[in-house]
Amino acid sequence: MFKRTALAAGLLAACAFHAQANTELTVYTALEVEQLKAYKEAFEKQNPDIEIKWVRDSTGIVTAKLLAEKERPQADAVWGLAGSSLAILKQQGMLEAYAPANLDKIGSNYRDAANPPSWVGMDVWAATICFNTVEAEKQGLPKPTKWEDLTNPVYKDKIVMPNPASSGTGYLDVSAWLQTFGEAQGWAYMDKLHANIGQYTHSGSKPCKLAAAGEFPIGISFEYPAVQLKRKGAPLDIVLPKEGLGWEIEATGIIKGTAHLAAAKKLADFSASREAMDLYKANFAVLAQPGIAERFQELPADYEQRLIKNDFNWASENRDKILAEWRKRYDGKSEPLPQ
Amino acid sequence: MATPHAVSMKVRNIHKGFGAFKALDGISLDIAAGELVCLLGPSGCGKTTLLRCIAGLEKQDNGTIVIGSRDVSDLPPQARDYGIVFQSYALFPNLSVEQNIGYGLNGNSRATIKARVTQMLELVGLAGSEKKYPGQLSGGQQQRVALARALAPAPSLLLLDEPMSALDARVREHLCGELRELQKRLGITTLMVTHNQDEAMLMADRIAVINQGRVEQYASAHDIYRSPATPFVAEFVGQGNWLPFERSLDGHAQVGGLHVRLPVRLPGESRGRLFCRPESVVVNPPVHEDNLFSAHLHELTFLGNRCRLRFELDALPGHSLLAEVEPDAMPRLTGADMWVALPPRSLQVFV
Amino acid sequence: MDAETPVSAGSQARLNPQLKDTLASNGVIADRLFIKGGQWLLLALLLLTVVFPLAAMLWRGIAGDASQGGGMQAAITLVSSANFRWLLGNSLKVSLTVALIVVPLAYAFAYALQRTCIRAKPLWRGISLLPLLAPSMLPGIALIYLFGNQGVLRGLLSDNIYGFWGIVIGQAIYTFPHALMVLLSALALADARLFDAASSMGASPWRAFRSITWSGSRQGVFAALCLVFTLCITDFGVPVVVGGDYQVLALEAYKAVVGQQQFGRGALIGMVLLLPALLSFAVDLWLRRRQRDAMGGRAQVYHPRPSRGRDLAFLCTTALICLALLGVFGMAIYSSLVKFWPYNLSLSLDHYAFSELPGGWLAYRNSLVLAGCSALFGSLVIFTGAYLIEKTRQTALTQLLRLLSFVPMAVPGLVFGLGYVFFFNQPNNPLSGLYGTLTLLVLCTIAHFFTTAQMTAAAALRQLDGEYEAAALSLKVPLVRHFFRVTLPICLPALLDIIRYLFVSAMTTVSAAIFLYSPDSVLAAVAVLNMDDAGNVGGAAAMSTLILLTSAGVSLLLAGVSRGLLRRSQAWRQPTPGL
Repeated sequence: MFKRTALAAGLLAACAFHAQANTELTVYTALEVEQLKAYKEAFEKQNPDIEIKWVRDSTGIVTAKLLAEKERPQADAVWGLAGSSLAILKQQGMLEAYAPANLDKIGSNYRDAANPPSWVGMDVWAATICFNTVEAEKQGLPKPTKWEDLTNPVYKDKIVMPNPASSGTGYLDVSAWLQTFGEAQGWAYMDKLHANIGQYTHSGSKPCKLAAAGEFPIGISFEYPAVQLKRKGAPLDIVLPKEGLGWEIEATGIIKGTAHLAAAKKLADFSASREAMDLYKANFAVLAQPGIAERFQELPADYEQRLIKNDFNWASENRDKILAEWRKRYDGKSEPLPQ
Repeated sequence: MATPHAVSMKVRNIHKGFGAFKALDGISLDIAAGELVCLLGPSGCGKTTLLRCIAGLEKQDNGTIVIGSRDVSDLPPQARDYGIVFQSYALFPNLSVEQNIGYGLNGNSRATIKARVTQMLELVGLAGSEKKYPGQLSGGQQQRVALARALAPAPSLLLLDEPMSALDARVREHLCGELRELQKRLGITTLMVTHNQDEAMLMADRIAVINQGRVEQYASAHDIYRSPATPFVAEFVGQGNWLPFERSLDGHAQVGGLHVRLPVRLPGESRGRLFCRPESVVVNPPVHEDNLFSAHLHELTFLGNRCRLRFELDALPGHSLLAEVEPDAMPRLTGADMWVALPPRSLQVFV
Repeated sequence: MDAETPVSAGSQARLNPQLKDTLASNGVIADRLFIKGGQWLLLALLLLTVVFPLAAMLWRGIAGDASQGGGMQAAITLVSSANFRWLLGNSLKVSLTVALIVVPLAYAFAYALQRTCIRAKPLWRGISLLPLLAPSMLPGIALIYLFGNQGVLRGLLSDNIYGFWGIVIGQAIYTFPHALMVLLSALALADARLFDAASSMGASPWRAFRSITWSGSRQGVFAALCLVFTLCITDFGVPVVVGGDYQVLALEAYKAVVGQQQFGRGALIGMVLLLPALLSFAVDLWLRRRQRDAMGGRAQVYHPRPSRGRDLAFLCTTALICLALLGVFGMAIYSSLVKFWPYNLSLSLDHYAFSELPGGWLAYRNSLVLAGCSALFGSLVIFTGAYLIEKTRQTALTQLLRLLSFVPMAVPGLVFGLGYVFFFNQPNNPLSGLYGTLTLLVLCTIAHFFTTAQMTAAAALRQLDGEYEAAALSLKVPLVRHFFRVTLPICLPALLDIIRYLFVSAMTTVSAAIFLYSPDSVLAAVAVLNMDDAGNVGGAAAMSTLILLTSAGVSLLLAGVSRGLLRRSQAWRQPTPGL
C-alpha cells in the first residue's frame, strides 16, 4: 500500500513539475473528439512551451458553462466554438479583442465585424442529411431531396436530429429553418417534422453515426461525420436539401481576464494561420481563409453556394427565445443528455 | 504465605450506578496480602462490577481503591498492576500459546520472554504446548493458558472473573483445587468472582457475600456457613430451614403451636425467624434432645453420601422442612411417622 | 517448582520491573491519541465528506439563488410544473415496474439457492453477480445490440427498445444482484424444527411456505423492493443509453446542473430524489426492529431435502435467468469486437484502440487509480473507524459516529455527486481546489460506499470476544499495538471483502462521478457515457467490457488471496475436534 502512495505521490509531483515547466492553457472547445489530438499536436509543435488542456463538450453545454463562469472564468481561450455562441460571449463582455496575424487573409464574413475582432473563424460546417441506402431499401423509403420532404408521414420515427439546446448543429438547423421559411412557417414545419423524429440526440454528429449504423435511416447532421463515415464504407448517401443549408462558423476567441494572455494570443495566431487552415481543410470543405479549401469528393462542386444567407446577429440575439420556444414545443423527446 | 511481592488491597466506599440502577452501594473491603478472597453472590448483585472497577475497566462514581500503597482509583487499566482471567478466557485465537503468554512481556529481551513463557507453562502444567493454538485446547487447558498469561508479567494482584463457569462439573472441582494450590504457592493476592458457593467454599480464605450492591457478610467459609450474618447469607449459602415465630418469651419462641427453646434470650416480645441447617436436624434421636417434635415424612431422597428427608412438623402443617442424615441413620426410620429434634445450639435467630 | 521461591526471581526470567511503568505511561498516551484522536478525525471526515455536501445541496435548493433556479419560490414552481410531474411520473412508473419484476425473480432465485437441492449452485451464484461488475450502461448497450433497430433479436419486439421498456429491462438486469443479495440473506437460515413441526401437523408444502418461509422473509422482500426502487429512480446510466424519448428525473438533475448550470434547480431535484431513499431506509429500520431474530438460540439449521419436481422447476428458472444474463453480457462483449455493426461483422480490436481518443487510456488508468486508492485507503479508514466505534468505551461521540455512518446508505450516488458539486465548487470554500481532482473522487467514492463496508467491518469485529481489549490493557499492551497484532489479522477475510467491494464499486460507479470529473480525472465509466453520446457505441461497449474484465479479475484475485489466507490460518480458525 505504501508503494502505491509513493507512486501516486511521485506521479503527482512529476505532473506538477511538468506543468510548471510549460504554460498550461485551458481551452474550451466544441470540436469533434476525433479532431482534438491532431489540432493539439500541431499547435504544440509550433509552440513547445505551451500545453493545451482541452475541456470539450457540446456547443450548448460549453456555452452554458462559459456563461456560468462569467464572474470567475476558468477558460483561457476558446478554440472551435460556434460563432453564434461567441457572439453571445462578446455581448456579455467576456472576450478579449485581438487581431491575429494573418487576419487580413480571413474572409470578412467569417469573423467578428469589429476591429479588432473578438472572434475569428476557422471553418464552416453546414447541415447535411445522412441517408442510409441499405435501410431505406429494406424499409421502402424514398430519398428526400428537400427539407419539406422530411415531413412525409412515411418517415415517421425514422429521423434523428440533434437537440438545438445542447448541439450547435441542432441550433443552426432551427435558425436556418426560421430564417428560410419565416417564423410562423418555420415553427409549423418543425411541428410536422417533430412527428417524424425518432430521437433528439445530444451531439451533432451522433445522428449521422446512427444513420451509418442503420439504427435510424435518416440523420440530420453536418458534413464532417457524413464524409468520414462514407469514407469508412458506411452505406450513406449525402443529401443536401434544395432549399439551402443552414451553417455555422467554427471560431476562436480569447477570454478576457486570462492569466496567460500571451499564450492565448499565440493560440489565436495559430488558429488563423495557414498551417491551421491546412489542418482544417482535411475536415471541412469551406474554410475561413478562402482559396485554400480542397474539394471533397463526396460533396458536390457547388457546395459553398448551397449555404443560405445567414444572419448571425439575429441568431445569437434570439438564441434564448428560440430555445425556450423549442423546449416548450418539443422537449419531450430529447435524448437524455450525458456528458 | 506472603511473599515480598504480594500486596494488600483496600476498597473503600465504592458507589457505582448505571442510570437509575445502583450496582454498587458503598462497598468496602480489606484484602490481606497473599489472601484469596471470593466475591460471592447471585447474578446482578454487583460482584463483577466491583471486579471491573478494581481492574479499571469501569469507573466508579466515588470511593477509593488502594493496591499496596498506591491509590489507583483514577488510573487507567494499564497503569494498575494486575492480571485478569475472564470468564471466556479471551485468549487471542490467532496467536499461539507461547505468543499469548508472552503478550504482556514486551520490552524484555527475546531470551527472557522465552524463558518466562516456559516457566509459566511448567507452572500451570502445560509444558510443551508452546506451539499450539487456543482453538486446539480443551476448556481446562485454555483456562490454564489464560492464567499463565495473566501471571507472566508478575503482577501484584490477580483478578478472576468466574473462571470456572465455562467448564463442566468434573473438571471444575479438579481445577479449583489446582488453582488454589497455585495461588498459595505464588502467594499472590487474588480476588475471585463466582456465583457458585461450592467453588467459593473450596478455594477462598475469606468470602464476601454480596447482594444488591452491598456486602452482606465478609468472613471465612466456616463462619459464613455456621453463623450467617443475615437471612440472605443464610439462604444463599447452603440449604436451610426457616421457622417463623410470633412471640418469644423467656428463651423460648412460639412457632405455630410449638414451643421452641432458643440458644439465647431475646428481649421482650420479639418476632422473627429461626434458621436451622438440615444436617443439624436430628431424626429419631436415640436419646432425648431438646426441642423434640413429632413429624411426618413426605419424601426421602438418596443422594449417595447422605439422605435428604422432606418432612412436616405435625404441629406446623403446610410448612415443608428439610433434614439431611447419614445413611447409617436410616435404619432408625420406620414408616412415615418420626421424631425430629432441633437442637437449640444449631438454631440461629433472626429478628 | 520450589514453593518458597517467588516465581519472578528465576535466573533466566528476570523481568525488568521499571519497564512496566514506562510501557504503561507510553501506552496510555498512544492509546489516547489513537482512540480519541482517531474518533475526532473520523468525525471530521464524515462531516466533510457526507454531511456538509448534503447540507450544501439542501441550502442551494431551499435558500439558493433564484437565477439558478433555487429558493422556495423556485421549489414551489418546480413541484407544481407539469413538466416536473411528468418526469416524476415517468421515474415512478419505471422504478415501480422494475421493482415488481425484479424482486419476485430474485426471490425465486434466492429460494432456489438456499432452500432447494439444485445442482451447481456456485455457478448460478457466480453468474448472478455479473451485473455488479460492470457499469449500469452495459446492459443498456447490450440491449441496443440485441433489440435496437439493427438488433439481433429485433423481431421479438413490436416497438423499438428505446424508451420505457428499454429502461425497465436494462435496470432490471442492473439491480438484479442487489435484490438477490438482500433476499439471499433473508432466506439464509431457517429453523428446521419449524418445518418438522409443520410436516408432522400435516401442513402442505405451500402452507409451510406461507407460514414459515414467507413470514420469515417478508422483511427482506420489503427491503429488496425499497432497494431496487431507490436504485432505479436515481440511476443515470441506463436511461442515458436506451431512454430514447422517455425522460426521467435523474437525467433532469444532470441536465439542470451540467447542461444549463442551473444549480438551484438541480439541488431541488436532488432533494426530491433523496426522499425515496430516506423513506425506505426509515421504514426498513422500523420493520427490522419489529422482526425478531429468525433463529433462536436452540434452533437447528434447516437443510432442504431433495424433491424432484420442485428442484427441476427451480433449476429451470435459475438457468433461464442466468442464460438471460449471460446472453446480455455476452452480447455486449461480442459487440465490442465487431468492426462495424451491422454491416461489417468481422471481429477486430479496433474499438479498443483508445489511444486514438484524446486522453487515450487515461480514463482507464484513472479508474484503476481511483479503485485502488478507494479500496486500500477506504478499507483501512473504514475498518479502523469501525474499530474505534465498536470496541472502545461508548460515549456520546461514538453514538454520533455510529449514527453518521448510516447516513451514506440513505443517499443515492447522484445526490452525492450533486452535494459535492455544491459544496466543493464554491469559490469561498478553501477546499475548492479539490474540485475536479481524482482525490475528491476517491473521497466521494469512499463516502458513498461507506455504510455497507462499515457494517461488514462492524459485524466481523462483533464476532471478536468483547474482552480482548480489556485483556490487552491488563497486560499493558497499547490498543494500537493490539489492533495490528490481534484485531486486524483475525478480521483479514472481512477486510479483503471490503477491499473487493470498494474496488468493484469504484470501477463501476457513474452517478456521482459524472458531476465531479474533469478532463484530467475522467473515469472509465464516464468515458463509456461520453463515447456513447458521441455515437461511438462500439467504443462504449469496449470500455464497459474492459471494466467488467478488470472487476472480475480483481474479484477473483482477492478471492484467491482470501482462500489462501484462510488455508494458512486454518490452524487457529478451525478448532480441531475431539479434544
